[in-house]
Amino acid sequence: MGADIVKIENIVFGYGKTNVLDGVSTSIGDGDFMGIVGPNGSGKSTLLKIFLGLLKPQKGSVRVFDTDISKFNQWGKIGYIPQKATSFNQGFPATVEEVVSANLYPKVGLAGTIGRNHREKVDNALRTVGMLEYKKRLIGRLSGGQQQRVFIAKSLVSDPRLIFMDEPTVGIDQKSEESFYELMDFLNKEKGITLVIVTHDIGAIDRRVNRVLCLSEGRLHEHDCTLDQGTDKLKEDYEKHNRALITHRH
Amino acid sequence: MLELLSFEFMQRAFAAGLLVAVICPVIGTFIVVRRLSMIGDTLSHASLAGIAAGMLGGFYPLLGALVFSIAAAIGIERLRKKFSQYAELSISIVLSAGIGLAVVLISLADSFNADLMSYLFGSIIAVSMLDIYIILTLSVIILVSVRLFYKEFFYISFDEEGAELAGIPVSALNMYFTVLTAMAIVVSMRVVGMLLVSSLMVVPVACSMLISKSFKNTIVISVAVAVLSVLIGLFTSYYLDLAPGGSIVLTSVLMLLVVSVAKRVFRMQ
Repeated sequence: MGADIVKIENIVFGYGKTNVLDGVSTSIGDGDFMGIVGPNGSGKSTLLKIFLGLLKPQKGSVRVFDTDISKFNQWGKIGYIPQKATSFNQGFPATVEEVVSANLYPKVGLAGTIGRNHREKVDNALRTVGMLEYKKRLIGRLSGGQQQRVFIAKSLVSDPRLIFMDEPTVGIDQKSEESFYELMDFLNKEKGITLVIVTHDIGAIDRRVNRVLCLSEGRLHEHDCTLDQGTDKLKEDYEKHNRALITHRH
Repeated sequence: MLELLSFEFMQRAFAAGLLVAVICPVIGTFIVVRRLSMIGDTLSHASLAGIAAGMLGGFYPLLGALVFSIAAAIGIERLRKKFSQYAELSISIVLSAGIGLAVVLISLADSFNADLMSYLFGSIIAVSMLDIYIILTLSVIILVSVRLFYKEFFYISFDEEGAELAGIPVSALNMYFTVLTAMAIVVSMRVVGMLLVSSLMVVPVACSMLISKSFKNTIVISVAVAVLSVLIGLFTSYYLDLAPGGSIVLTSVLMLLVVSVAKRVFRMQ
């Protein structure tokens, strides 16, 4: 794909004495649709938080849009939908519109006011995810799949070039999952947004993404694109990772 | 009926009461949705220590209350980071420290215990012009701050991590908000008293959340509930010779019950 927009090199990160990530290097190219897979506890969410600067690695460098992450300040360019996005306080008395508008912050700045053009942005983002008619509804009254779309719209209002998603389809039904990936395809191919999805479920992403990275034993391994090797081969490789890596080595 | 408004002390009582009825629910809405309802109690106990210190040291008690409750607010924020998984623990620690200090300071001098009672239970009809100026100044600071940082406070309340990622200076604004809360508590002490101050921050919001249609709407309705509570509470206390602070808070609880029952009846139809 395009030029690298995120690059990490030799990342080491551990909780206590155990290194969850042990010398991880990779890059995300402009326009990529990347899947990062690995069994539970393999450090996927940790890696994601390092990409986002929410965790600081003990060693290694993270560069985002050609800037060292410690100096990076254009956070509007990066969207993030955490695993617990839909596990917020369901009784929170906010409408869909209010939740999506919150992320206009990178556009309007500290103590700035939200103008008419910003409100149009909110409408457009909601239209893109097919949730415009729910604009005035309380967020807690929507289904898990609908809330997921609202959180995507919330990311979209700051015009991101890259969106990270952590286990985005956990807890939503099959039908919602299908339409979720259709939306992802649209965002990636039509809007040109780079997407990185972290998941333990390779079956859900293998036919959608153009790059698959597998995290195991603290290391990241890139598999050839699914189109070249075929889904079965990829799944086979992944299964081997899941079997505690007794038989599988890169 | 309105003869009570011809008394200057009642005019001051209504002015102070209405200001408090606006700022308490505005601050309270953010507190309730963050599930930090107990913070009001904690800061009011710390401010009691400040009032005792003021009386002991011979300076204006509300100033002592303001300094102590802001110090307690800063303490809560610091501890909240230390015990990030147990946000309520920081509140309990500061609450204990506040009560301990207040009891020690009160025991140092018995003579001002009568004065102290007016801060414990409120003394809205004894509100002086100096009190009014202070209440007005702090209320303006609170309202302007919330207006300015409304979207930031909203984002932090809804999703603190997301707010941080969007580039919002979350730690600084959290600290600032807690200081605003401390101010709101000091302002309200004169009106409803330390023991009831946090109820005015929580009960109108709870009532509003039963029927509100959005976050902004929650704030507006809770302010309306608090204003009505102050008006009804003050009139009742004047004509029935009841404690004003208690009457105001009980009115708001009654409104919560009425709204709750009405909602159920309305649903059944």
